[in-house]
Amino acid sequence: MLLEWIYDLTHALLKPFKRILKPNSFAEKAMIAIEKVGKEVVFDCQMCGQCILHSTGMVCSMNCPKNLRNGPCGGVRLNGHCEVKPEQTCVWVKIYEGSLASPKYGGEMMWIQPPVNRKLQDSSSWVNLLHGIDQKMKTVWQTQDEKDALEPIFRGSNEKE
Amino acid sequence: MKKNKSSMSQLEQVLKSGRFAITSELNPPDSADAEDVNRAAMILAGFCDGINAVDASGANCHMSSMSICALLTRVGYEPVYQISCRDRNRIAIQGDILGAAAMGIRNLLCITGDDVSAGDQPGAKPVFDFDSIQLLRTARMMRDERVFLSGRKITSELPLFLGAAANPFVPPYDWRSKRLAKKVAAGAQFIQTQYCFDVDRFKEYMRQVRDMGLHEQVYILVGVGPLRSYGAANFMRTKVPGIVIPDEIMDRLKKTPKERQQEEGKNICTEIIQQVREIEGIAGVHIMAYRQEELVAEIVRESGLLERKPKSQKAGI
Ligand code: SF4
Repeated sequence: MLLEWIYDLTHALLKPFKRILKPNSFAEKAMIAIEKVGKEVVFDCQMCGQCILHSTGMVCSMNCPKNLRNGPCGGVRLNGHCEVKPEQTCVWVKIYEGSLASPKYGGEMMWIQPPVNRKLQDSSSWVNLLHGIDQKMKTVWQTQDEKDALEPIFRGSNEKE
Repeated sequence: MKKNKSSMSQLEQVLKSGRFAITSELNPPDSADAEDVNRAAMILAGFCDGINAVDASGANCHMSSMSICALLTRVGYEPVYQISCRDRNRIAIQGDILGAAAMGIRNLLCITGDDVSAGDQPGAKPVFDFDSIQLLRTARMMRDERVFLSGRKITSELPLFLGAAANPFVPPYDWRSKRLAKKVAAGAQFIQTQYCFDVDRFKEYMRQVRDMGLHEQVYILVGVGPLRSYGAANFMRTKVPGIVIPDEIMDRLKKTPKERQQEEGKNICTEIIQQVREIEGIAGVHIMAYRQEELVAEIVRESGLLERKPKSQKAGI
């Protein structure tokens, strides 16, 4: 999927600037402005500061009225619309479709996403990613092994070792 | 498979023994009277292996689920404590989990919760700090690693049997079994499903669940319940989030004269129980009979659940 490719490209382009792109710096302020414009237009980004777009089919999960990060609630309507806002399609219905169409990262929909760090609201997710701030937790939330074991389930292949 | 200490939950013991389990839901009082809880529980306790206390379901305020469970433990009943993510943040929830265990509550059902807009106080602030999967994983972490999310130590055992809800009846259908896999990974040991009226869809879901081997990793209790009347069914179908009632059932109720509709609703319920009981991988039923709790006894009897023969023991759970 094109968006997956753009994600990888942005990551590669920003990496060399890690030293400049520090939290709370002027550079971060500039990044926030860029993210706000860019991601808000394309993804209706809610600026949670810990972007998981590529794990959610390139659809922003923070547009779910219940702020769910791990999949749809049980209230999705039969026409695929949202329990809370009947006029809009359930964000997670879109995420599932987006993930199915994402060959590289789609399986990451199976990851168990940690609770949102509300302190990062309105900060730059790119800066947070480069510095590992968005993933920081004081406990082991999910191991890489577990992520790797869950991912194949997404495509329906469930070979167990 | 995950290490598993026994939680001393009676519900867990029943499920482990391979006996077909029955759980039900208590009608939460709008009073501050413990007797109301006892009375509501008495109707169910005789043949239920667990009694759910709902956490302001439908976003309507009643006596809290934690308090109902605490009262149930006092009289020796087995409560299932529902915690939803709608009303409390992570700090409150982690504290509640400790308190619940301290009061002898052993079964925890972690759910997302209906939105505040579904209830009679739609102006309330929806919290949703956790989602149900984060809540499950946190509860498991507290029990197994004995730490809070902050890493701070918990200084005692936390014997809990962890459950989650599942709704196989709403889109995206193919995702629903994968979501179950995720919940099991997050820590779910038992599942109570949304009302099952569409048995064919449920069979398809269970086929996917068995393909993934999930039925051997988690006990699945199917949600069932009697529809009181055509009008009540219509209300549930259009107003209560997540409940799907197929046209055939609606037609069947509509064709029945008004005074016999409740009876017919009960018949439909017992038929569904008999059908889902035959599906491989089903460990029990969860009977929700809101404001018709007196019918639960008849439903259990008429669907033949009293002769609950032990099935073969499940290994590893
Ligand atoms: S229906 Fe979908 S978008 Fe609406 S609250 Fe549930 S998961 Fe979120």
